[in-house]
Amino acid sequence: MSQDVEDTQGMNYLVSLPRRVVIIYIPLLVFLFVLLFPFYWMGITAFKPNAELLSRTGNPFWVIAPTLAHFKHLLFETAYPDWMWNTILISTVSTFFSLAASVLAAYAIERLRFSGSRQVGLSIFLAYLVPPSILFIPLAYIVFQLGLYDTRWALMLTYPTFLIPFCTWLLMGYFRSIPYELEECALIDGASRLQILTKIVLPLAVPGLISAGIFAFTLSWNEFIYALTFISSSENKTVPVGVITELVEGDVYHWGALMAGALLGSVPVAVMYSFFVEYYVAGMTGAVKE
Amino acid sequence: MHRLLENRNFLGLAFMLPAAVLLLLFLTYPLGLGTWLGFTDAKVGRAGVWVGLDNYEYLFGDAVARLSLFNTLFYTVVASVIKFALGLWLAILLNQNIPFKSAVRAVVLLPFIVPTALSAIAFWWIYDSQFSIISWVLVKLGWIDTYIDFLGEPWLARLSTIAANIWRGVPFVAICLLAGLQTIPPSLYEAASIDGAKPSQQFWYVTLPLLTPIIAVVMTFSVLFTFTDFQLIYVLTRGGPLNSTHLMATLSFQRAISGGALGEGAALATAMIPFLLAAILFSYFGLQRRAWQQGATDK
Repeated sequence: MSQDVEDTQGMNYLVSLPRRVVIIYIPLLVFLFVLLFPFYWMGITAFKPNAELLSRTGNPFWVIAPTLAHFKHLLFETAYPDWMWNTILISTVSTFFSLAASVLAAYAIERLRFSGSRQVGLSIFLAYLVPPSILFIPLAYIVFQLGLYDTRWALMLTYPTFLIPFCTWLLMGYFRSIPYELEECALIDGASRLQILTKIVLPLAVPGLISAGIFAFTLSWNEFIYALTFISSSENKTVPVGVITELVEGDVYHWGALMAGALLGSVPVAVMYSFFVEYYVAGMTGAVKE
Repeated sequence: MHRLLENRNFLGLAFMLPAAVLLLLFLTYPLGLGTWLGFTDAKVGRAGVWVGLDNYEYLFGDAVARLSLFNTLFYTVVASVIKFALGLWLAILLNQNIPFKSAVRAVVLLPFIVPTALSAIAFWWIYDSQFSIISWVLVKLGWIDTYIDFLGEPWLARLSTIAANIWRGVPFVAICLLAGLQTIPPSLYEAASIDGAKPSQQFWYVTLPLLTPIIAVVMTFSVLFTFTDFQLIYVLTRGGPLNSTHLMATLSFQRAISGGALGEGAALATAMIPFLLAAILFSYFGLQRRAWQQGATDK
């Protein structure tokens, strides 16, 4: 432990405690407060009865008579369960599909070294930089032409366009770290390339697969503009789009239900993230650092 | 057949096939199609004909489109500068020896994990003209008399949306820069301090130069995300009041999808590409610099 402290602390022992409180702990607490307050506010609003929501008296930071009415309204009087199911289905399918395609692509670029693999690797990186905001109009046109408009397929097929470049780029980095010798041994033993990939490379790249998978899942869970553009009927919407487009009725904002919807839609990703924080961070920073 | 399976070019092609087909069909083709649509008068449900630069000429003469360009640049520059400053500060704080370090780091990233559209709803409520919690606190403190209409006044709305964007972007910048900070060996700081460098000098002459390559990449990503932002504005203001918060992305959605003028919207979206290219080229030179800065240790 002391060794560890010395390594990470550097020369911090030279800084006195009162000074540390002022220059480190207070700013850090302010950061944490600002970053987390909207979540607290979302949570507390979701449990407030309407009377408390719309009163200016009393302490707004606490809830006196918590209620589940907003959640009940959401689950039984709106299509929210459908949106949740769509989001889970679309995110899972597009993540798995992208992972499979990316594993093959990354292995080909990094290890098969076919002619032109460097250029392909570079174009994958460039594809990662193309934002959905400039693609959604022509994609809407294509989706319409293919007869996929207002189907879940429209999203399951278009989400991989931003997932595959990211996953491939990340996995290329992981594959690069696996020693060539392992593959050479297997080749001499008569293994085919596919066997090498499934029996040697993939087991060694599990952390990379988890990083890519978790990141891809949150990206597709959060996707908004494609889902907003390609889907029109309520039962095919995803959670972010459904909450925004269906829970707002004219000028009457059902703040309780909106917050409950936002909370329920955020919890699954937050829970998944909490289990795989290290992998998520590795995925996010890995893609930037490479 | 067996020989074919041993050929790396054939195998490479076969392995690339699923990814390549998907990317060519749903990324490269739409990119070209979008550019083409920008030169046509296509409407929803009607293929357009070539009209040359008409869309661009029209947009150039359109006050709302010009305003959206200004808004986008203002939004990107202000938000990115503040995200960088706060992100670097937070990264340095997180790099200290603090209790519950990994838990704090995990919690910090939450705004980035949660769907933007959903956290934007929380901001919508925080900015509400009648029930804003910020106004409530300020009134209780006696600093203001009437509730602030955060999203009702043009400049106030611009700043409010920028604040929400910063809130979401700071964790990304901070965690990426933290990863960069952790690669700087503590021995460099010890050496600098033996040579008599003050903490501020250590920051300017050790931390910053070694962090420059990763700053270049992280900020390029941040600028790309911010420049093409859509969700936050769509949820908070839909471009209002008086189009004062319309970004190019939200305006192109409004014109192309809500308004049906596909060609015009596509032209507006295509007009973003030169700016994105400029940002990417900037990143490219940042990367180039990294090669000589870190020499052989470069991964």
